Amino acid sequence: MPVISLTVNGNPVTADVEPRWLLSRLLRDHLGLTGTHVGCDTSQCGACVIHVDGKPVKSCAMLAAQADGAQITTIEGLAQKGKLHPMQEAFRDNHALQCGFCTPGMVMMSVALATEQPDLDEPAVRKGLEGNLCRCTGYQNIINAVMVGAKAMRG
Amino acid sequence: MYEFEYHQPKSLEEATKLFADADDPQFMAGGQTIIPVMKQRLAMPSDIIDLGKISDLQGISVDGGALTIGAMTHHNEVAGSDEVRKAIPALAELASHIGDPAVRNRGTIGGSIANNDPAADYPAALVALGATVQTTSREIAAEDFFTAMFETALDEGEMIVNVTFPAPEKAAYEKFPNPASRYATTGVFVAKTGESVRVAVTGAGACVFRQIDFEKALLGDFSPSALDGLTVSTDGLNSDLHASAEYRANLISVLAKRAVKHAG
Repeated sequence: MPVISLTVNGNPVTADVEPRWLLSRLLRDHLGLTGTHVGCDTSQCGACVIHVDGKPVKSCAMLAAQADGAQITTIEGLAQKGKLHPMQEAFRDNHALQCGFCTPGMVMMSVALATEQPDLDEPAVRKGLEGNLCRCTGYQNIINAVMVGAKAMRG
Repeated sequence: MYEFEYHQPKSLEEATKLFADADDPQFMAGGQTIIPVMKQRLAMPSDIIDLGKISDLQGISVDGGALTIGAMTHHNEVAGSDEVRKAIPALAELASHIGDPAVRNRGTIGGSIANNDPAADYPAALVALGATVQTTSREIAAEDFFTAMFETALDEGEMIVNVTFPAPEKAAYEKFPNPASRYATTGVFVAKTGESVRVAVTGAGACVFRQIDFEKALLGDFSPSALDGLTVSTDGLNSDLHASAEYRANLISVLAKRAVKHAG
């Protein structure tokens, strides 16, 4: 079994993984970081989006072994010293979730969009969230939240 | 997923040897198709040979009028590359609409064309632009590369190293995406280079193909109206729950006109 070393939410991790383990499985079952949700398991819903070396990827479409040496951030790594990330605050303030299942992936993708596109506008938010499915809210409040969160991130 | 051995070679030579020594090996590029396929237990390779750490497969370069993209270049890198945007903006635009942002951060041009999904975007660009696929053993013209549904001219153990695109005078890609997958229900890439016009269609048939009658009409008059009155045969076009063959035939006309207009 490959032994991999990586950084997860700032903490060094060494793990003995089976080649067939998905990164989502390492995070959830081995490291107990169950904030990363597995919604569809067919790589379409985006609930499992995390950041690998700063970029959003679907952790159910990447092998754990491929994360050797990577810097990983999950939804648990966003809040700092008990204070929610501005994007998390925006989701809460704008009622951008109902059941909450898609929310970790939505927030992780939205943080990446706002980081990569400082001038993020609404069409770009809609395009950027194409790979994140919500089956409750109808998206409008999510879009509203991302616009507010992106503005807060710009300071 | 069935069990397999995982390898992460650092060179093409090492990858070639690993492939030769394994029972039923599978190369993996970005993994955005093979991992879901393995999860569904539709494939059970004995060995996965991950090409992600081979530096020879990385990078984008421009030499004269030609753009070369390494096989392991991610879609987001192509979409965001100043070199691509300058040389062939239509190609950057195409890459920016593949899948979704998370898929584009992992998926690669080499993986996409080696898989030759009939609804993938890149095959249309390669055929319309007259690209050349450099493999570990030879150069293959794009038209000879895509042979049938999910099939290419690649031999066992042969790897794509890079793809070279001659820069066209004008080009554009238009697609009608499946709203769930963003794969092309139908996509049309139009390219004009000197005295040649090529129209390549993806998503409509079993494999990318050229719409020769459109090319002839556009050669004399590169404008959307040049395609007025031309109808597309439904022979060989896909008919499925997403669209009938008739619908796809109409999309080919509509998207080709939009692409010509967009190309300017």
